Parts: sequence; structure tokens; C-alpha cells
Amino acid sequence: MSGMRILIIEDDQEAAGYLAKAFREAGHLAECVGDGLEGYARATDGGYDVLIVDRMLPKMDGLSLIGGLRQQKIETPALIVSALGQVDDRVKGLRAGGDDYLAKPYAFSELLARVEVLARRKGGGGASPTTLRVGELELDRLGHKLTRNGKEITLQPREYRLLEYLMQHAGQVVTRTMLLENVWDYHFDPQTNVIDVHVSRLRSKIDKGFDAPLLQTVRGSGYMIRDSAR
Amino acid sequence: MTALGKLFRTTAFKLSLGYLVAFAIGASVVMTWVSWSVGRLIDEQIGATVEAEINGLSEQYAQGGIRRLVDVVERRVRQPGASLYLVTNFQGQTISGNIKSLPPDVLLQPGVRETSYERVGESAIDRRALARIFLLPGGFRLLVGRDLEDRESLRNVMGGALLTSLFWLVVIGTLGGLFVARRVLRRVEAISESARSIMQGDLAQRLPLAGANDELDRLAANLNEMLERIQELMAGVREVSDNIAHDLKTPLTRLRNRAEEALRNANQSSDYRIALEKMLEESDQLIRIFNALLMIARLEAGTERGDHVLFDLAASARDVAELYEPVAEEAGVDLVVETSGEVLVSGSRELMGQALANLIDNALKYGSPQKQGQRARVQVRVQRVGDKVEASVADQGSGIPAADRERVFGRFVRLEGSRSRPGSGLGLSLVAAVAGLHNGMVKIEDNEPGLRIVVVIPAAAAEANPLD
Repeated sequence: MSGMRILIIEDDQEAAGYLAKAFREAGHLAECVGDGLEGYARATDGGYDVLIVDRMLPKMDGLSLIGGLRQQKIETPALIVSALGQVDDRVKGLRAGGDDYLAKPYAFSELLARVEVLARRKGGGGASPTTLRVGELELDRLGHKLTRNGKEITLQPREYRLLEYLMQHAGQVVTRTMLLENVWDYHFDPQTNVIDVHVSRLRSKIDKGFDAPLLQTVRGSGYMIRDSAR
Repeated sequence: MTALGKLFRTTAFKLSLGYLVAFAIGASVVMTWVSWSVGRLIDEQIGATVEAEINGLSEQYAQGGIRRLVDVVERRVRQPGASLYLVTNFQGQTISGNIKSLPPDVLLQPGVRETSYERVGESAIDRRALARIFLLPGGFRLLVGRDLEDRESLRNVMGGALLTSLFWLVVIGTLGGLFVARRVLRRVEAISESARSIMQGDLAQRLPLAGANDELDRLAANLNEMLERIQELMAGVREVSDNIAHDLKTPLTRLRNRAEEALRNANQSSDYRIALEKMLEESDQLIRIFNALLMIARLEAGTERGDHVLFDLAASARDVAELYEPVAEEAGVDLVVETSGEVLVSGSRELMGQALANLIDNALKYGSPQKQGQRARVQVRVQRVGDKVEASVADQGSGIPAADRERVFGRFVRLEGSRSRPGSGLGLSLVAAVAGLHNGMVKIEDNEPGLRIVVVIPAAAAEANPLD
């Protein structure tokens, strides 16, 4: 996904500059604002695909900012970044109207993946399709049936949810923590390669015996499912 | 300040002094009141006696006139312990009685009055009496009275007793106060002396106990417990900083070495790329350690409390085990979950999940059987025991020697043999912190062979409201 407009509301100039540069290199447009009030004003004007909001900002803190926007019915997806705790703060942030939460310090690849998913959620919106397709792979969400090239593949319940999440974000990088959050509903950091093993099991089911691998590992980031033939 | 000055300034002495003053005032009031009441009682008795005598005399006078009165008076005067009598004519000259002289104007008006007098047969002893003067027809005057010596001497005795007792009260009270103050002061002095030397850095020292089990002993014992805790915390801080130094320095050094090596040896961009990717991995590991440390610190400080909900711990255990199942299978370990129905607890599903994940992760990493060829088995069990819930993870590895069981909950503690394997040494610390947050505890048991770690937390009350 390319060409997102991102507003970074962060009082640490250097961190904001680094993020903006990294986003530009990833093909997006990023603007930086140093305090909460200005961030609020700019976000109200709209036109952004995603907001990245630091929890602690001068003049107006991040949660009030998002709360204010939501009251004005401005639903631009907002990702909260915070140097505070990992559990309590997430709950507070999401309750205030944030769409995602990342504790500092974080890897840029993690932030990028999450921002791209948020931006797409904004674009897509609406009802979710009953059938997900990636190349020859077809997931029938009503009948809970997976086929590739018309050949049926049986999945365990968790594998089904894993694949469903990957296919919903086809063409986008999905990180391990995002998978843990969305498929298992846990936000901690899995110490070993637990997610990798789940993914490789799934991969062996959907890609084994076929020429074009659909489920790819993105080094340093996570996974992506896409039709590589195209 | 002199030793005595110090003594006078002690709380114990000031208290005794306060009590002394209050007691002295109380005693004075009581004794004054007693002596006043007794004096009044005596006065009343004297009045009654005098009245009775006058009644008798006036009867005699009515029957036999002045002669009879004088006769009776003269008879009575001779009796021992007699009252005072005086009968005068209209000129004021004495006809009969046992009073030698009176102040001149006493007899002028009838009525009751206190007066000085001199008794017949005594030379110039000034006495006081309570007298009643009575006018008789024909200008005769009759005085009947009682000496007030009894009353006066009683007053004197009472006054003396009051002064004496006050004197002794003050003396004994002061000495007692000094004695108590000295005793207390000596012990307080000993306590503050020890406290001073503890403050100067000898944290191992403890406050002295007198063995009396009184307030001061209890105070000292509590302070000792506080010192114990401080010493533990200090040791903890020291250990943590040592370990942080070691465990963060190691990956930091590795990171730096990689950068240096890449700068020195890399010839083409792919070499740089590999080096940078490795460095990124290293720094991610650093971030992970750092996050875990922060999390533990915040959990222990109580600033992080997690989402507080009512949830089924058995389901959580199954979820987490399911998460680790493929890893276990790959490692050739049977991961078995044993739960009995719904086990409701109130707390943070997220944090308890993470604690269980850490335990399972540890069991998979370190819990392989000693004997070759035996298939490893990790057992996860959640069950309700009374009003508690026990969540345990058991393996068949080498276990933890009893001597190390307390130690493993410390941050960065990694036992011999595990140092070479990946891990931060923070997993169990986090488990302990999470258990603590849920008002629970962590037990280490022998799985014979292997290790069983049990997290014990209170079960949710049956009527608990999930919205709480």
C-alpha cells in the first residue's frame, strides 16, 4: 500500500523526524507536529489517513486529543504510541478512541505494518466480504471452507482464524505481535518463535505441492500473504 | 547539654511532671474541701451544744430567776471540759462564770459571734470561742460558748498533713519521674545510637531489644523488620544493577562488535546488509529485555494493574498451551493440558496469560528429561482448590535445587547450565510479579523428576460481578 498521508503528533523532534523520513522511504507522506493543540487543529482539518499520536504531549495530551476528535465525529484511525506501561495504557488508549497502541521503544517495521493496516481499514470499511480470495486460494467464510485451485484444505480452528486474518490483510505485512493480538487476543511478546511455527504449519497446508508460494516471510517484519504470480 | 538537662527534656520526665502537678492540685482540692467540711461540721456541733445549754439555762431562769441561773452556772463551771459561761448585771460586771475577760463590746448585742477571751485561772492565754449572747430581763446578760481550740487544732493538723503530703508527693513524683525518664532515656538512647550507626552504613546491625516485650521493644522490633526489608531491597537493587550491567552490557557489546566488524571487513553491500540485520535482531532483543524489566518494575510498584476482568483461567491455559503446542511438537515434547471445567478468577487475563506463557516457555526450554530416549512431557493444570485457584506447569527436567528455589524469582537470575541458552532471566520474575498483583504467590515443587511451578491466586467469588 502506498501514498498514505500520515500525521505524526510527537514532541520529540528527532524521533518524529526519523519516523517521517522512514515513512517517506516506505512511499508515504508524513507530516510532523510538536504539540497536542496544533496536532488537534491539523487533524480536525482532516485529509489524513492515519494519525500517530504520542501519549504525552505538551499543551494537550494524546488521549484528550483523540477523545476530542472522536466527539467531533472525526474518525481518522489513530495509533497511540507511549513510553508508559504496556497493559493499562493500552486499555486506556483504546477506551479513549484510539485504534491501536504501541509501547515505546518499538521497531519501525512494527509501526509501519500497523499503520498500513489501520489506513486500509479506513479505506475498506463497510461490511466484510463473505469470500476472501488470494490468487488460487479461496476462503468461504460462511461455510468455513478453504480451497486452493478447487481442492479443499482442512484447517484447525486456530489455523482458520490465522489464515482469515492474513487474507483480510492480503498484500500487507502482518507482524508476529499483530497475529498474536488478533488471532489469540494476547498482547504480550511471545519469547520464542511460537507464531513462526504456527505460520509454517499453515504454510505447509496451503502452499505445499503448489508452485507459487502465497504465504511469504518478510524478513525483519513478519508475514504477508499475496498472489506473487501477479 | 548536661545529662540532667537532657533528662529534664525527655518526654517521660515531662509526662511525669505533668501528672505530678495534676495530682498535687487534685490532692490539695480534696484536702481543702475535707478540712473545710470538717470545720463546718464542728461549728454546727458547737452551735447545737450551745443552743441546748442555753435552752436548759433559760428554763432554769424561768423557774428560779437570776439566782437559780447563777447557781446552775456555778455548778456547771466546775465540771471538767465545761462550756464557757458568763452572767453579768446591767453594768456589765461579772456575777458568775468562767470567763475572766472579753473584748469590751462583745456583750452589747445579743446573738452568735466568734470572739477572743481569757479564761478564769489562766494567765493571758488568748483563746477563741464561739459564743451566744442572750439578754435577760433586768439588764442581765448571759453568754454561753464553746472553745474553738478543737477546731483550730484540727485545721492545723489538716493543713500540716496537706503540706507534708504535697511535699512528699513532689519529692517522690520528681524522683520517680527522673527514674522512669532515665530508664526510658537509656533505652531510647540505645535505639537512636544503633540507628545512627545503621545510617552510617552498617545496614546489618539491628536495634537492641530489652526483652520486656513492651512498647519500646515492639517499636524496636518493627524498626528491625523495616531494616530487614530495606536491606533486602538494597541487596535487590544491587543485584539488579549488577545484573543489568551484565545482561544489558553483553548484547550491547555484541551489537557494537558487529558494527565494528562490519566496518572493518565487509566488502560488498550484502555483507553490510547481513551485519545490519543481525544488529537489528540484537537491538530488538535489547528492547525486549528492557520492556520486560520495565513491566516487572511497574507491576511490583503497582503502577501497572492490567485489565481487571472476570475470566476463565482454564480457558486461558488452554489458549496459551495451544499457542505453544506447535513449538512443543517441534521440540518433541507432549504438551498436556488438564483442566476441570470453568475456573473463574478475577484479574488480568492478559497478564495471567503472559505468566502461563513464560512458564510453558521455560518448561519447553529447560524441562527435557535427563534420560535419553524418553519422550518429554509438559503438563499444564488449572484447578480450584478451596477458595484458591492453582495453575501449574510441570516438566521432567532437572528441576531446581532446593537451595536455589527462592533465588530464581530474582531478576536476571539464571541458574548454572541455563546461561548458555537463550533467555533473559526475567521470565520467573514476571510470573512472581503477576502472582503478587493478583494477591497470590508462586510455589516451586518437585515433580519427581522435574520441576513444577504453581501459581496460586484467589478464586473469584461466586457472586462476583464481571463489571467490577
